[in-house]
Amino acid sequence: MSETATGFKSLSSRTYVMAQENIDTDQIIPARFLTTTSRQGLGAVVFHDWRYESAGAVKEDEPLNSLDVTAHRILVAGRNFGCGSSREHAPWALADFGFQAVISSEIADIFRSNAAKNGILPIVAPKAAHDWLLAHDDVEVTIDLDAQRVDLGNGPSFEFDIEPFAKHCLMEGVDPLGFLMARMDDIAQFEAARS
Amino acid sequence: MSPKSLFEKVWDAHQVVGETPDAPAVLYIDLHLVHEVTSPQAFAVLNERGLKVRRPERTLATMDHSTPTLDFAPGETPPYVNEAARKQVETLEVNTAAHGVQLLGWNSDNRGVVHVIGPELGATQPGMTIVCGDSHTATHGAFGALAFGIGTTEVSHVLATQCLLQRKPKSMRVTLRGRAPANVSAKDMVLAVIAKLGVDGGTGSVIEYAGEAIEALDMEGRMTVCNMSIEAGARAGMIAPDELTFAYLKGRERAPQGAAWDAAVAHWRTLKSDDGAQFDKEVVIDATTLKPMLTWGTAPDTGIAVDAAVPAARHASDTKAAQYMGVTPGESLQGLKVNQVFVGSCTNGRLSDLRAAAEVLRGRKVADDVRMLIVPGSKSVRDAAEAEGLHDVFQAAGAQWRQPGCSMCIAMNGDRGEPGELIVSTSNRNFEGRQGPGARTVLASPAMAAAAAVAGAIIDPQTLSEAAHV
Repeated sequence: MSETATGFKSLSSRTYVMAQENIDTDQIIPARFLTTTSRQGLGAVVFHDWRYESAGAVKEDEPLNSLDVTAHRILVAGRNFGCGSSREHAPWALADFGFQAVISSEIADIFRSNAAKNGILPIVAPKAAHDWLLAHDDVEVTIDLDAQRVDLGNGPSFEFDIEPFAKHCLMEGVDPLGFLMARMDDIAQFEAARS
Repeated sequence: MSPKSLFEKVWDAHQVVGETPDAPAVLYIDLHLVHEVTSPQAFAVLNERGLKVRRPERTLATMDHSTPTLDFAPGETPPYVNEAARKQVETLEVNTAAHGVQLLGWNSDNRGVVHVIGPELGATQPGMTIVCGDSHTATHGAFGALAFGIGTTEVSHVLATQCLLQRKPKSMRVTLRGRAPANVSAKDMVLAVIAKLGVDGGTGSVIEYAGEAIEALDMEGRMTVCNMSIEAGARAGMIAPDELTFAYLKGRERAPQGAAWDAAVAHWRTLKSDDGAQFDKEVVIDATTLKPMLTWGTAPDTGIAVDAAVPAARHASDTKAAQYMGVTPGESLQGLKVNQVFVGSCTNGRLSDLRAAAEVLRGRKVADDVRMLIVPGSKSVRDAAEAEGLHDVFQAAGAQWRQPGCSMCIAMNGDRGEPGELIVSTSNRNFEGRQGPGARTVLASPAMAAAAAVAGAIIDPQTLSEAAHV
């Protein structure tokens, strides 16, 4: 992969498939782990209840538990990934675990916004490409963010949409808070005009 | 001027800088609600950069998610589920004090679930933009506010600038035509709406709810409907304010007073979709044929009428959900054994909800092997319920009458189900493990939940026998 210190340019890695539809943020990180006041270290509890028995034992048959994430940075998920709660802990946990992109046919709004702010590129794929990815586990994929293109090798490569400002922030490492702070005069004027 | 929708009117009035192809709009936020779970990392950003909260007077904090609902004596440490929960709440106390933000904390008579207290205080008003690091912020849309959930990074943006970077969402109008039958509650209506739209039917959209059945709801019912907009994937839900809205707000602590009130109401009357306003999508539902609803699966769009059978699986996820829930396609949910019942949450934790549960429980007993938790949405709701004796009804029936909080809706404070248990819950999410690892959730109205508690099994409240009265 060729990620630079300033941001996300492109990514070549293998896919990990979770075909289930509507994977909600309670699956990504169960609520009882939200008592943290930090955003660090949440990879340890990502998909916790899929990976561990309720008594705490590791589920040996859960493929996530033996996944080499350094070779599988791209999570391919069933339709409507990330629905449910607004918890940013979900992308924090996915990123800390090692995922750098999520591809689905549909990604829930708040998760999509949160993911892009945390170095996880959310990609909505056309149905044919999504179906192909779901049917072909563990394939090499190249994502070119600048060209907004995903190369699937033997599969149906595709171009994807991304909100231009989110793309700019991801690629250039731009901080959206800094962007907002630079508009403080406009904000003060708006407040003055209303009062 | 071209006709505008309610949503467009509120959106347009809050654009500090309009959107361009390169950058989203800078949207001004009138009210920022804060709680302990999604704010610590946001305050940390401000502290690291030496920034202040720009408008503390537009910021209101409470603690509800990690807080215990068990009683404790004044001066005692609250019985937190663990040290992390204690530390999280104390972090909010420290952050709000350091930044001059009002916290409705342990000593406040106004503490409660964030989406219950905003309206109660009159802080929630028509035409406002309201955000919170919480997906159920759409609740406040019942007042004609544009209210939506945000992530923690965005919480830091609003704390520091009182603004958010946002692309204008799409719009959808859901019209519930005709009057709903008397035994159909707001919860039943919204479960029917979500079943119709699907869990992703509202993705990218702000929904305006309209129609006679919506207008006939009281404010608490309207909050229940808007609350669950996110369960159809929508950013927000809105209902045009009317005389009921104004009557609800009049005289509340943070509502305008005197001449300011008159001016506010005059403005609020303009907050409705103009004739001819365009929506990206329109959905019409016949309210007259609605029935009390229950969910059978592990997504909120699996609502079915109480007398209906679990539908055949549409895809593999449905099959997995049916297995998890222990239900069989083609069979009714009625008779399914219930282990716990939860009445509460930002969806159904208000006074009218507790009254509906009490009506079923009065003179009856919770079945021996069922644990029933009744958790008011706020201290004010709790006090009002006690003033009319509802707590006596609950306790006489054998239910537990708790202190306010999110409790078993999100199960992060120690109130939760055990693996395999079936919980009939008035909350908003039936995701796998939402109410505890392995716990199974059936979403329902307060009346349906209370009937299940009495019968020890899922039952149509209308068929709960008179013989059950003792």
